[in-house]
Amino acid sequence: MLEFRQKTTLASILLYVLSIVFIGFLSFKSGIRPDIWAALFWIIIFFAGINAASKSFFTETKHKAIYNYTLYDPSDFVISKIIYNTLLIWVVSFCGVLCFGWMINFPVQNTLLFTLTLILGGSSLAGSLTLMSCIASKTGNSYSVMSLLSMPVCIPVMLLALRLTRNAIDGLDWSISYNYLGGLLIIDLIIISLSFFLFRYLWKE
Amino acid sequence: MKHWWWKILGILFVLYSIIMGFLGTVPRLDILNETIRNLYFHVPLWFAMLVQMGISWVFALMYLNKYNTKYDIMSSRAAIVGGMFALPGIITGSVWATYTWGKPWVADDPKLQGVMASMIVYCVYYLLRALIPDPQKKARISAVYNIFAFVMTFVFIMIYPRLAPNSLHPGNGGNPAFGKYDMDNNMRLVFWPACMGWIIMSCWLLNVLSRLKKLSQRDDDVRI
Repeated sequence: MLEFRQKTTLASILLYVLSIVFIGFLSFKSGIRPDIWAALFWIIIFFAGINAASKSFFTETKHKAIYNYTLYDPSDFVISKIIYNTLLIWVVSFCGVLCFGWMINFPVQNTLLFTLTLILGGSSLAGSLTLMSCIASKTGNSYSVMSLLSMPVCIPVMLLALRLTRNAIDGLDWSISYNYLGGLLIIDLIIISLSFFLFRYLWKE
Repeated sequence: MKHWWWKILGILFVLYSIIMGFLGTVPRLDILNETIRNLYFHVPLWFAMLVQMGISWVFALMYLNKYNTKYDIMSSRAAIVGGMFALPGIITGSVWATYTWGKPWVADDPKLQGVMASMIVYCVYYLLRALIPDPQKKARISAVYNIFAFVMTFVFIMIYPRLAPNSLHPGNGGNPAFGKYDMDNNMRLVFWPACMGWIIMSCWLLNVLSRLKKLSQRDDDVRI
């Protein structure tokens, strides 16, 4: 998609993550409890995700939207947007992990579980944020509406991801996490299919 | 009689449940004691709210299918009625929790978290409707948000509490459901009419509100 040309987007989001983690480091110099680590990490990923996804529709001018409208099918269009945002959030969360490990610490014991959580949570965040960003761009006054819209619909994902992250940090046994992983997977599928089906109704002006 | 028998039925059911709820015999149980009477009010209110949110969701789907303004009016009014029923639902729940769990808001309970999240979702929905001036666009976008939000809420209220281990509500997290042993047949005779009554009342309210909205819209059209 066209968005890969906008290298500034990625750079600005990465810079955002870096600076937030630095602030986190400054405020938790004396060390950080695992549950606070998990909360901090997901809040940062969430807001970075909002930043990233909001770019995907806000930067579109009216002419460009009409151009896209004539050129692509809405389902292709939304799928490509979701894939792009998912990749973006994965990159951002990977860099977030790097920054955390570099400046604060990396307490996660069960790395595989943590990676799975990141992958699933990131894609479901991307799915809902894409739809919300499209809605927000239609309302005119965009950014505040965007975070307001996406906050409540992301709460289930965030809660599940937080719990999984805590399990991964504590290195708990896999059998405890299966339920939550399944739940996250179901939510992920629901969100992406919903975004896919609902997008065509938002698309037309 | 043809058109309003169900309203009478609703009034009768609600009156019956209120009178029997305060005067009827209830089983004496530990901790719950007399507060079990709240079951006649707290749970039916939530059922009515869920029904209204469901109606709102169905009409949002129908609106996206047909783009008929009537469906949009029904959908938005049903969301408002649902919000109206959620408020007393929370209040009765809080009162109940104060006397059984010790404090009005137990943050650990996933059901309470779910309720809070869904309340925020619907507040955002009202806000979204207020933000978009153009009626067609408002209807379309809010219908999309409504569908998305309802599904997420449903997931949150129905799936998440069953995953989380530490719910205090009956039926979740290893607690026995109400039907198992603490609701005897006497209580059932009051509980189900109460549910029906409150659901009918909520539908009546929806009926009135949507007719009001239609009238005010027609009024606007005439003035223009």
